[in-house]
Amino acid sequence: MTTQTREVVVNTEPFVVNFGPAHPSTHGVFRMRMTLDGEVIVDMEPVFGYLHRGIEKLAEERTYTQVIPLTDRLDYLASMNNNLAYCLAVEKLAGIAVPERAEYIRVIIAELQRIASHLCAVGFFLNDCGAFMTPVLYMLRERERILDLFDMVCGQRLTYNYMRVGGVSQDFPDEFIPAVAKFIGEMPGWLDEYERLLKENEILLARAKGVGILPRDLAINIGASGPVLRASGVPWDIRKADPYSIYDRFEFDVPVGLAGDCYDRYRVRVEEMRQSLRILRQAIKDLPGGEVRSQVPHLIRPPAGEAYGHLEGPRGELGFYLVSDGSIAPYRFHVRAPTFINLTALSDMMRGWKVADAIIVFGSIDICMGEVDR
Amino acid sequence: MTLALSGKDITKKIEKKFPGCVAEAAAESLLVKGEALSEVAAYLKNTPGLDFDYLTAVSGVDYLDYFEVVYHLTSIKHNHSLVLKARCYNRENPALPSVVSLWRTADFQEREIYDLLGISFTGHPNLKRIALWDGFEGHPLRKDFL
Repeated sequence: MTTQTREVVVNTEPFVVNFGPAHPSTHGVFRMRMTLDGEVIVDMEPVFGYLHRGIEKLAEERTYTQVIPLTDRLDYLASMNNNLAYCLAVEKLAGIAVPERAEYIRVIIAELQRIASHLCAVGFFLNDCGAFMTPVLYMLRERERILDLFDMVCGQRLTYNYMRVGGVSQDFPDEFIPAVAKFIGEMPGWLDEYERLLKENEILLARAKGVGILPRDLAINIGASGPVLRASGVPWDIRKADPYSIYDRFEFDVPVGLAGDCYDRYRVRVEEMRQSLRILRQAIKDLPGGEVRSQVPHLIRPPAGEAYGHLEGPRGELGFYLVSDGSIAPYRFHVRAPTFINLTALSDMMRGWKVADAIIVFGSIDICMGEVDR
Repeated sequence: MTLALSGKDITKKIEKKFPGCVAEAAAESLLVKGEALSEVAAYLKNTPGLDFDYLTAVSGVDYLDYFEVVYHLTSIKHNHSLVLKARCYNRENPALPSVVSLWRTADFQEREIYDLLGISFTGHPNLKRIALWDGFEGHPLRKDFL
């Protein structure tokens, strides 16, 4: 008996899928224009700008102090850090000194905000991995505690407008420091609890380990910053590399990853929360008394010139480039938004992976569209 | 602390290699002629001892007489920084060479400057609007827009 073989030729051709702009996993309005070959991503082009509010143009028509509430609306998950970065830039431009107590207050607030932001980042990343809603609800519970603390100091829970040029708007109320101390005491236990559930969770390892690798050299060339850069093995943290405020007085480590994959980015964020708690413990212990704001005129008129102020935000290097013409409003206000630049790496991280991985890779960057689109 | 390198010191090195390409050297910044930007940028990135491997930020400013593009360069290897600037005086058709081939960070940032200030970057692989939609007329961050 003879068998007949027949050759079957299947032709596949790449096709384009628009992922977003409104999709639950896009963390805002963001579109990925994917070219797919079957399930595999051949190419991806990010399309954004849906949330563009022209903040840079608006800032040119406001006084230096009036710009602070605008910075709240950039990265709305880390408004305190935005406030601080902008104030640092104005202080550099105008040569304004900050009282000692205000420096400590700023560090305490900025580190609390970093924990709150990383809780969101980690929680929603796990959400994207498929651990639907359970981890994120636990993490939002802890974030809520930090929001309560912020509510105590400035009466706001999302857009704080707390920092001022030359200090902060008001001193801590009496009940604040005991409440922070309580939080610092309880938080490590919660972190351990998450770690016990997630660190070696088989599903998380299978989905995130080795996925969306960003090699070290590419991470630097692409200008990545924050946990994305550090997960690729570059120990670059502005708090250490170019200490602003009083960060040179505190002891803390810079966690780095080895592989540069999604799992490392997740790990780096968890470790950073522990380091932030370490800084908080030291800052609360050393908190001095005194003024919280230096004497700054209502209408600040910095001398003509330019300054670039930057800090290590939860998402990376947040910088403000200000140009002054000697008037009461900035001549030019430019934001170096960390996630906007981290997005450059997205197509490289996704190429060759499947559509299901795209969501995880995107989630691991920890994006905030308010900052990307401005 | 990141050491801010003086534009004047760097100028001495650059002038030896590319005579006449520096327009103005200040303590905090270095202004190069637009046509020499690519060569100077490549030199800053690849020279041992300078190694500006990280382009922190690219900002564009409209000074009405000219447009200025500001490159904040950092070396992660040596932890020092430099502010590099270039100007274009042509208001109708401003253009500068793109640095995307050296630092891919510039990809979105140059597109943003093109979108909001209307400076085109020659050699950019995908120069189109990024924040505004394709049919938008004008460039909002120009001082004569409103």
